[in-house]
Amino acid sequence: MSDATLQREPPGRPWRAVAFEWLRDNLFSSWTSAVLTLLSIAALVTIIPPILDWAIFHAVWSGEDRAACLGPGKGACWPFIASRWGQIVYGFYDAVERWRVDIVYVVGAIGLAWLMIPRLPVKLWVGIAMLTAFPALVYVLLSGGMFGLPIVPSTKWGGLLLTLLISLTGIVVSFPIGILLALGRRSTLPVIRILCVCFIEFVRGVPLITILFMASNLLPLFFPPELTFDKLIRALVAVSLFSAAYMAEVVRGGLQAIPKGQSEAAAALGLGYWRTTAFIVLPQALKISLPSIVSSCISLFKDTSLVSIIGFFDFLQVIKAGNSDPVWSTPNTAFTGYLFAALVYWGFCFGMSRYSAYLENTVGGGKVGAGRT
Amino acid sequence: MSEPLAIELSHVNKWYGRFHVLKDASLQVKKGERIVICGPSGSGKSTLIRCINHLEEHQSGRIVVEGHELTRNLRAIDEVRREVGMVFQQFNLFPHLTVLENCTLAQTWVRKRPKAEADRIALELLERVRIKDQAQKYPGQLSGGQQQRVAIARALAMEPKVMLFDEPTSALDPEMIGEVLEVMVELAEEGMTMLVVTHEMGFARKFADRVVFMDYGRIVEEAPPEEFFANPKNERTRQFLSQILVGH
Repeated sequence: MSDATLQREPPGRPWRAVAFEWLRDNLFSSWTSAVLTLLSIAALVTIIPPILDWAIFHAVWSGEDRAACLGPGKGACWPFIASRWGQIVYGFYDAVERWRVDIVYVVGAIGLAWLMIPRLPVKLWVGIAMLTAFPALVYVLLSGGMFGLPIVPSTKWGGLLLTLLISLTGIVVSFPIGILLALGRRSTLPVIRILCVCFIEFVRGVPLITILFMASNLLPLFFPPELTFDKLIRALVAVSLFSAAYMAEVVRGGLQAIPKGQSEAAAALGLGYWRTTAFIVLPQALKISLPSIVSSCISLFKDTSLVSIIGFFDFLQVIKAGNSDPVWSTPNTAFTGYLFAALVYWGFCFGMSRYSAYLENTVGGGKVGAGRT
Repeated sequence: MSEPLAIELSHVNKWYGRFHVLKDASLQVKKGERIVICGPSGSGKSTLIRCINHLEEHQSGRIVVEGHELTRNLRAIDEVRREVGMVFQQFNLFPHLTVLENCTLAQTWVRKRPKAEADRIALELLERVRIKDQAQKYPGQLSGGQQQRVAIARALAMEPKVMLFDEPTSALDPEMIGEVLEVMVELAEEGMTMLVVTHEMGFARKFADRVVFMDYGRIVEEAPPEEFFANPKNERTRQFLSQILVGH
């Protein structure tokens, strides 16, 4: 935006005139736009008040069981969510051991925040720690069996814990694999290129559910019985590889947008393939593909709810299970549960989307693609 | 032959598919010599100099640069690229790096210079091309002429023995051509071996030791500029000169 458009209205102009002009320019500039404006207002007026009424004004905010939420004219049954809070956050993790999950949440949140807030120093070290020490810590704390911690089998993990665990692992693992696949697909070596193309096209041609089924039911048949992996690990691998194929295509799009002159200039300076890729091509390609990368992450985050198919109780599944709990069975319970689930999913996804918008505006300083005639 | 050669091309051939781009091109460049290559577009002049640092691969013939023969061997290619700097028509600066970083990246990773030394060398060169005050800006914030001068500094930072210029002024607005040519003239006066593909005949006349004319992939004529402009031997050269010198 130029400075001129940022300038305020000249002082002393009555606000009514300003408002009138804004309405005329933006909402009623023509007959069609006037009709559309009125229709939109009508739609909003019909939809929003009943929702607010149900979710807030006539909602029940406290109570011990279904009795509080029953009765005519009552809205959302929020105490149901409160009573399920433990399961939503921890799944079926043993109650006395939940402090271990809390530590994981807190350390993870601090680490992520550190990486995302630009002013904080030593990002590189925090990043390395988050990629090496943190997963180890998560594994030791959550599984137990070491340092005197009792074992909690992964079948008991669930709720938000499981959803975040699967999606974050998927995002973090699929990113480097996706980059390598994208580079491989553009490789001049035919064997590497064909392998990458086959992998990407196979995975993209199969629904995630199928891949999860294969990982949980089919894979054990191929391996000798003494070599069994935890089912959760198999699911994590499946989700990561699935997401990597999509990531690869997104990154490839970015790579293709980088003019050939960039790698030629790097080559002329004596930089080899890997350094050219790491310092010249990838930084520009990733910046271009950032919006699509984040879209991929958002899809992955929501797709994790499919692990319920192979018997995991992720966030959504825990809420769904609660809906049929006789103690809280009312006409509003299921709606309340799903509304809550929707709000939580939306919160995470909207957060990711805003962060990506912020990154697009700040990363790398110079405009990619600028300076070419 | 007593004088050492910087570049020797003998009987170089190259095809794009079935299109014969370079036909039996032979050229010898002595150390410190300034060669201007001209010719109509599509005559293979860019391809010729891009073969010298192996951005294009020749299919037959020999190319020897500063004593290293260019073969398929990757090490030979690396050796040659260490000795040869290149400036492109489209500048090809790295848009995500500052001007200074553009000039230091390859120094640190290829020449293995410590950061302080790389910065010092880069700033000296940026001063030489009169653009030191822009060191912290990004290429997109500079004019075309400024960008091309940065590109020259970036190539010089690797201390090449030979500089290749591939139509360095063709993408510039007319008022910026002068500032880039000026830098190239200074470089020529310092004794750098230079191969310049250009249509700037004024530059060729004043600073070339030899002018090479190419047509349809062949080196048709090579001569010192006085002779080349005053008394071209080949009919195609005469035709080309009469077209390009209109209005000069």
